Amino acid sequence: MAERPAALLRARDLTVVLGGVTVLDRLSLEILPGLRTVVLGANGAGKSVTLRALHGLVPPASGTVEWQGGRAPRQAMVFQRPVMLRRSALANVAYGLAVNGVDGEARDRRAREAIAKVGLEAIAHRPARVLSGGEQQRLALARAWALEPAILFLDEPTASLDPGAAGEVERIVAAIAAEGKRIVMTTHNLGQARRLADEIVFIHQGRVAEQTPADRFFAEPQSQHARAFLKGELPWT
Amino acid sequence: MFEIFASLKLALDLMANGNAEFVRVVALSLELSLAAAVLGSAIGLPLGAIVAIGRFPGRRSLIVALNALLGLPSVVVGLVVYLMLSRAGPLGSWGLLFTPGAIVIAQTVLVIPIVAALARQVVEDAWNEYAEQLRSLGVGTGRAVRTLLWDTRFSLLTVALAGFGRAASEVGAVMIVGGNIDGVTRVMTTAIALETSKGDLPLALALGIVLILVVLAVNAGAYAIREWSAIRHG
Ligand SMILES: Nc1ncnc2c1ncn2[C@@H]1O[C@H](COP(=O)(O)OP(=O)(O)OP(=O)(O)O)[C@@H](O)[C@H]1O
Ligand SMILES: [Mg+2]
Repeated sequence: MAERPAALLRARDLTVVLGGVTVLDRLSLEILPGLRTVVLGANGAGKSVTLRALHGLVPPASGTVEWQGGRAPRQAMVFQRPVMLRRSALANVAYGLAVNGVDGEARDRRAREAIAKVGLEAIAHRPARVLSGGEQQRLALARAWALEPAILFLDEPTASLDPGAAGEVERIVAAIAAEGKRIVMTTHNLGQARRLADEIVFIHQGRVAEQTPADRFFAEPQSQHARAFLKGELPWT
Repeated sequence: MFEIFASLKLALDLMANGNAEFVRVVALSLELSLAAAVLGSAIGLPLGAIVAIGRFPGRRSLIVALNALLGLPSVVVGLVVYLMLSRAGPLGSWGLLFTPGAIVIAQTVLVIPIVAALARQVVEDAWNEYAEQLRSLGVGTGRAVRTLLWDTRFSLLTVALAGFGRAASEVGAVMIVGGNIDGVTRVMTTAIALETSKGDLPLALALGIVLILVVLAVNAGAYAIREWSAIRHG
């Protein structure tokens, strides 16, 4: 077996308790560089909490999240329902840059570039909160993309989008990944998981049931829970 | 009944003809209330936002203090400001007692807790929605306060207008610290109190009508701002 590259991110025995309920139960996983990871699992399995914990938004009760080199790289997250600030689409992207210390001409240029890359130039100056769901999702991607994160977490980025808008978001995610940014996303759309994933992390009741290369996962899932999940879900893909 | 209608007719005459004393009282009232609303909002809005999202020692005491201030009879606020500004008081050297400045101070003290309490509610609601997104972007507490104040600006404008309404309708504290001096510190509310006690009902009634119109206009403005911003900005 070839030597595995050092993990970009390693979660060890991550336990998260929310409202007195253990929602992550000694969850362990490794995120290697250069792959696109899709996190699958039933509703309530703990996918969103896993992403939020890895991103540093939810403190673990025990266990650790370790980054390569001991220091978290620049990271971003796109939420299932992104929150847009009450200002223009372009200003939303610029805001993220400003927070991260990008000022003046560079901020302007990078914000415009990011808006263009997601195809929103025509509505760059519209108030962000009155944009459609699909447009807001693309704007959220632009805001995250502009930050040039080493790793991007996406929580069901196409959940309530029509097929056209979902396809557009998939294309953008693929483009971000092609730039070498690490993608970790959740979805309930198995067709999308097949198209985007290099590897699958399957979560069941707050634990990683398996972490498997994508083609292998869909051909022969390793865990009984994933097998049951795929049987139940396949008719809808 | 007859007397009310007679007074009403005289009141309308006063307003229509722009009686000098009447105009002066109305103008001073609006001017001082506006100043108090601006000052009270400048302090109360950030205070409300900080209490809404900040986590610091003394936060609970601050909330209790603000709530207590909210329920304090305004004559007591007037009395305290009077004591502070009186010759022997700690701020006596400012020489503000019985001047318009004293009225603005008293009104500001009354406006702050209302503005802070309403702003806190507005900002807290927004924070519930924004918190994870802002933390994800790397926003610290200071910038979060500024961002939330800006993003809730239309709601906060209506909060500031509520502060203005509070200032404009205040009588007890204004009477105590202003002294209701003709041509200097006589405002609508204190003039109404005085004229009514003297039996000059037309002037009192005319001022009362203006006060009602001002309060109505402020509320209509607040409502219109909300509607417009919801359509324009979501
Ligand atoms: N703030 C919270 N307080 C209490 N329980 C919570 C909280 N947040 C999440 N949970 C619980 O944690 C569990 C995992 O939630 P999570 O949102 O991660 O599920 P998920 O896998 O993303 O599900 P879905 O596919 O529906 O998005 C659920 O049972 C949920 O009820
Ligand atoms: Mg979820």
